[in-house]
This record gives sequence, structure tokens and C-alpha cells, in this order.
Amino acid sequence: MNLKLLFFARLRETLGVSRDSFTLNAPATVADLLGALRDRGGVWATELATGRNFRIAVNQEMADLNTPLSEGDEVAIFPPVTGG
Amino acid sequence: MKIAVQTEVFDLNAEVTALHRNNPSVGAIATFLGTVRSESGQVSEMALEHYPGMTEKALAAIVQEAQSRWAVLDATVIHRIGPLAPCEPIVLVAVASAHRGEAFAACEFIMDFLKTRAPFWKKETTTAGGQWVDARTGDESAAQRWNKP
Repeated sequence: MNLKLLFFARLRETLGVSRDSFTLNAPATVADLLGALRDRGGVWATELATGRNFRIAVNQEMADLNTPLSEGDEVAIFPPVTGG
Repeated sequence: MKIAVQTEVFDLNAEVTALHRNNPSVGAIATFLGTVRSESGQVSEMALEHYPGMTEKALAAIVQEAQSRWAVLDATVIHRIGPLAPCEPIVLVAVASAHRGEAFAACEFIMDFLKTRAPFWKKETTTAGGQWVDARTGDESAAQRWNKP
């Protein structure tokens, strides 16, 4: 399946990308996507490591590791929010 | 309901007036105005980044949740983005209801959830350079206290 990835704030800067497209074998969950991104190594493995504090949204709704992914989904990865 | 994410400054008085001008059922309007803080004068600029699309949806969902819990007659949430200077207004939450209790509670609820659920990120510029602001655990506890038993 083809996914649209978005990165924000500190993660956007550290990973050096604000948007990307990514292909993953179906069926897959958020956990599978994170695993595939960690396999890129370097900052990807460090920043997205288990236990690091980041959030995921799928199609602009907050998601968790078990959230299933579908063709064309928009997946955003970002630090805990600090607005207001 | 009015939800806005904008670079321009907002007019508090105009926003409050719009909430009750044509609605005689309104008897109370609670407002929260957040401004850019510079502790010890260290911050020269605050940049706000957000997730266009999700931000507006998240704010609307928070206001709808407040409306399901309290008798809210109308509400306005405006959050500014882009570079802001210390002392500038950054966020406005205004809630209209018949009586003050509902307005105060809903206003505080919306702010607590905005702080922890709406996709905004602050980056401070100080003499030491740019620094992303870390999320405060106190903000999460503030939101948790609204959890239904």
C-alpha cells in the first residue's frame, strides 16, 4: 500500500523531511510502519525507537500502534503538542 | 461555533460581541486569552507550527465535546501561528452560555484539551538559538482530570 507521511516540528527538523511517500506490504498497522522506518537506521532508528515520546495521527485522527493502515492513508508523526 | 487558525492578531472585544449580539439567551461569556511568555526576558520570538487540516478538526472536536458536557450556546477558538513576539496574544477561547458555571467550566476544558490534543508546536528563539518547547506533564494532568469516571 502507498502511504503519505508527514513530519512536524522537532521531528521534521531532526529527520530532515516534512513529507514523504512510503510503500508498505498490506495488511499493516502503525507498528509495522514504524518498524519499517526504523530499518532506515541512523536518526530514524533513534528518533522512532520504542519508548521515545512521539505521537501518530492517521488521516488526521490520533492513532496508536495497533491502528490499521489502508491504501492512501495520511500518517503524521510528531512530538507531543505544545500549543496554547 | 467559530474555529480559526491565523497569523493575524484577533480583536477580543469583537469576538466576544459576536458571541452574544443576536442571542438574548446568553447570560455569561467566559474568555481565556493566552499570551507569549518570555521567562526572565530570555525569549525574543515564539514561532508556532501546526498541522493544517488536523488542527481545525481537532479544535472543532474539542468544542463539540465541551458542548456535549455543558449547555454551551456558542464558542470561539482562535489560535495564532507564525512568528510572535513576547506579550502578543496567541490563543483565545470564548464560551457563551446562560450562566457562568457552564461558561467557566467549558472554557477551561477547551483550553486543557487544546493544550494536549491540538497539533500545535512552539519553538522559542533565545540568545542561545532556536529551541522546541517540551510538552509539560502538568498539561496532561490538567486534561486527565476531565476524564469521566
